[in-house]
Amino acid sequence: MALPTQPGSADLILGEVRRAHRRQRVSFRLQFIATWVVLILGLVAILASGRRGFDLEFVQEWAPFILNGATTTVIVSLVSIVVAVVLAGLGALGRLSTNPILFGVASLYVSLVRGTPLIVQIFFAYLALAEVGIVLPILVAGISALAFNYGAYMTEVFRAGIQAVPRGQREAAQALGMPERFVMRRIVLPQAIRIVVPAIGNEFIAMIKDSALISTIGVTELLWRAQAAGRPQVRIFEALVFAALVYWVLTMIFSFAQGRLEKRMAKGDR
Amino acid sequence: MELGEVVVRATGIEKYFGDHHVLRGVDLEVRKHETVMLVGRSGSGKTTMLRCLNFLEEPTVGVVEIDGVRVEADPLHARSRHHQEQIRQIRLRAGMLFQDFNLFPHMTVLQNCIEAPTHVRRIPKKGAVATAERYLEKVGLIEKREEYPARLSGGQKQRVAIARALCMEPKVLMFDEPTSALDPELVGEVLKTMEELAHEGTTMMVVTHEMSFAREAADRVIFMADGLVVEEGPPEQVLDAPREEATQQFLRRFLRAIPD
Repeated sequence: MALPTQPGSADLILGEVRRAHRRQRVSFRLQFIATWVVLILGLVAILASGRRGFDLEFVQEWAPFILNGATTTVIVSLVSIVVAVVLAGLGALGRLSTNPILFGVASLYVSLVRGTPLIVQIFFAYLALAEVGIVLPILVAGISALAFNYGAYMTEVFRAGIQAVPRGQREAAQALGMPERFVMRRIVLPQAIRIVVPAIGNEFIAMIKDSALISTIGVTELLWRAQAAGRPQVRIFEALVFAALVYWVLTMIFSFAQGRLEKRMAKGDR
Repeated sequence: MELGEVVVRATGIEKYFGDHHVLRGVDLEVRKHETVMLVGRSGSGKTTMLRCLNFLEEPTVGVVEIDGVRVEADPLHARSRHHQEQIRQIRLRAGMLFQDFNLFPHMTVLQNCIEAPTHVRRIPKKGAVATAERYLEKVGLIEKREEYPARLSGGQKQRVAIARALCMEPKVLMFDEPTSALDPELVGEVLKTMEELAHEGTTMMVVTHEMSFAREAADRVIFMADGLVVEEGPPEQVLDAPREEATQQFLRRFLRAIPD
């Protein structure tokens, strides 16, 4: 026999359902955290059980020296991403231009940079150019190579962002008598930037890690310092594990910041 | 209201999309204070005609004259600086309203309304704000001035778009199916705003499928089919006693589709 429906019984069931959902969520989180703890403890155990164990003393002693490189890493990445954004903006306008020369310059830039390895570009900026008389300071060479490289990849992202702004936006602006450049600057680009901000964040996080490549020309950033500390004492293992951890923490911090920024920029959108 | 001089005159407008002959020689005139409605089946060319008037589509041939600015279609040199400037002069005189509103989502309602007046017309900001407030008041949305468009309903968005167009003090307002993207319960508020404008003597051209609205608010109805004007006249003639076979057919279909 079906239960007679009591007044208020829906509330009771709804409460039960909510509690069940909450239990599920909490249980998921707990298991998730437990998994991380177990995996990380396991990794640490493996690291510590090597032939000579994990030299914590070395890490303690050299942490300040290596961490100093993290500052360089962050500053180099920040400067490079800013320059890359500017290059990408210009590149995207060129790729969308009806002027064949601008289009040609932008296309060649993208094609050339995307068609060659970043490490080659870094050596080129520092060593090859110096050979023909253009001597760039080491930091300038490193930052230029990173910025040029990322600018080319981001050119395509920006182009897609500009094209993702609905055509009606441009038409409405034109119909109000706005000249073409003004339409681009005041109506299309601000909306395109909102579209590409998440992508810029991703590129920046990738840049933090790719900036390790400029250690090869001797920029004293995170990886360079880790190696400099580890090599003479045959503690490369400890030095690299520590450096990797620092990279990881950096990317987590900036991923979090990126999430906040995106939320703020979502204001006013559609 | 007494009709004035001719504000919009289009002569011999033809438009090809590829091989498709969408407009096959359209002439039309709109006089000051007049409300003209363009009706016809989808594909008849009425929206293309409206878009040709302010060169959002460059006509293949033809001449458009709005408030004394005369521009000849020139598809071969459409991008030339001189032609673009001519077109801009036309656009400054003709406000355009779109099916999907096209408010600028990154600006508040007020910013939407003063962007073009301050930067294109170079009106000082204070004056532009005062004008914007007056028109927002008129469309009944003054209390939404600081909102972003995302927070508005479709009907409110279209009314803001109307205020935005009015802020440029155009000689004619051109509406491209302004209620087609709206939920049925929001259509009324937009039509009511448009009707008020018509009564105040705003010069308007409206592409619409709202036949009862056309009957109520139009001074003149233009019926288009296959890229040509088939019949035009006062609504009671074109809509209630059409002379042309094509018009009769269209209205029969229409009445069958929407039993009223």
